[in-house]
Amino acid sequence: MKSNHALQAFTAVGGREVIKFLHQKGRLFSALVRPALWLLVFAVGFQNVFGVAVLPPYETYIEYQVYIAPGLMGMVLLFNGMQSSLAMVYDREMGLMRLLLTAPLPRWYLLLCKLGAGTLLSVLQVYAFLILCMLFRVDIPWSGWIYALPAIVLSGLMLGALGLLLSVHIKQLENFAGTMNFVIFPMFFISSALYPLWKLQEAGAEIVYQLARFNPFAHAVELIRFALYGQVNGVALTVVVGCLVSFFALAVYGYNPQRGVLMRRPRPG
Amino acid sequence: MTEIAAKVSGVGKSYGKTKALDNVDMALHKGEFVALLGPNGAGKTTLFHLLTGLFVPDQGSIVIQGHDIRRSPERALAGIGVVFQQPTLDLDLSVRANLVYHCRLHGIYSSITSDRITDELQRLGLANRASDKARSLSGGNRRKVELARALLHDPAILLMDEATVGLDPASRATLVQYVLDRCEQGDISVLWATHLVDEAERAHRALVLHEGKLIAQGTPERLIAQTQRPTLAEAFLDLTGIH
Repeated sequence: MKSNHALQAFTAVGGREVIKFLHQKGRLFSALVRPALWLLVFAVGFQNVFGVAVLPPYETYIEYQVYIAPGLMGMVLLFNGMQSSLAMVYDREMGLMRLLLTAPLPRWYLLLCKLGAGTLLSVLQVYAFLILCMLFRVDIPWSGWIYALPAIVLSGLMLGALGLLLSVHIKQLENFAGTMNFVIFPMFFISSALYPLWKLQEAGAEIVYQLARFNPFAHAVELIRFALYGQVNGVALTVVVGCLVSFFALAVYGYNPQRGVLMRRPRPG
Repeated sequence: MTEIAAKVSGVGKSYGKTKALDNVDMALHKGEFVALLGPNGAGKTTLFHLLTGLFVPDQGSIVIQGHDIRRSPERALAGIGVVFQQPTLDLDLSVRANLVYHCRLHGIYSSITSDRITDELQRLGLANRASDKARSLSGGNRRKVELARALLHDPAILLMDEATVGLDPASRATLVQYVLDRCEQGDISVLWATHLVDEAERAHRALVLHEGKLIAQGTPERLIAQTQRPTLAEAFLDLTGIH
């Protein structure tokens, strides 16, 4: 694989994702409205109900909006990762995936291009959300905008790789709603996005607490939360990188021509 | 016509207990237009999936321009242009954007991309539609764009998988004629899968695939003589036992 060819393929796949994103004018709007509602309605309404004690990485008492901002950034990444998955299934149904996978490049690289392109969109949307946070005076340090970038990219890649892996197993576009119910919502709610995990333990929800500890999304949120304050959460980093490598490897395996995921039920001909 | 562009040796492929291809041997020579005839379900599409590396065969080997598709898929795929049975244009993008996308996937230098696209579209009479959304094109023109795209990277082999399905007779005839002309002008070899026998009448050779097996091959005249039928269509029906 020549580097020039590899770069061209990435610009092709990335460019197509960006063009499609720009054409879908409502997509950025809906990507921002979702976390904005949580930030401006849910968080404001519940800020007196959820008292958040001082816990790392915070050094003082914080507003609830500050607490849930990293969780909502994770939400943007999670939804976009699943949207990429939906786009993969759509491309497969429309035959566009065949065109991509018959390009003279290693299949893992073509999937990496897809993942990279999806993550690029995810990261841009997270920064659009950060601008929204700034406009609504959510107290996130400016330095955090830069410190958090690697954490946002890694989390975006990990959740995008999960989407890629799911696209192997979602046979039809119609099954996507099921994915929303069984992947996005449990991952989001059983995590530290909306409340610190000790709250779950305190409430006696031990099973939920244990599930949350093993939820990769929770670790992505914590990775971003710590990174916003210039700190590295080692456990979260390990889990996010480990999950990224595993999900991507499994997705590449899933798209192996030996397994024929493209055409599980080949049409006669 | 001695140099072999693609060689399929002893290829077999099963889906569960269903044998889609059984010990298929075939060769495509340089500059040759070969029609792959077979009724629906004969295994034509499966053979195309194997030739394009979307599947790998259970047995046998496929060598494209000296490169085994299992061992060096990228080199093998670089020499192939494909028009799939299922449309594969991104309907939300313009014709040109679709073609640029393909050029980049094939590593064609940006400096020559524009000229190549204009040239291919001109040959097919679609130069004035370059900026139009693919969605706005008729079925016949969409197929032409897919054909232009398949030829952009100057492949040695063109694979057409039932590319005329759903087209009106005039569009079908135009497409066949265009590919025949390109075949005769240059070094391109064509494997044209179809179940419409009239498309195979002008082929250099015809292969008949039936229930996963290659049951006959030769010039259309030879197949007619072999079956002692008056037309290729009748010869085909005779060979596949539909008569």
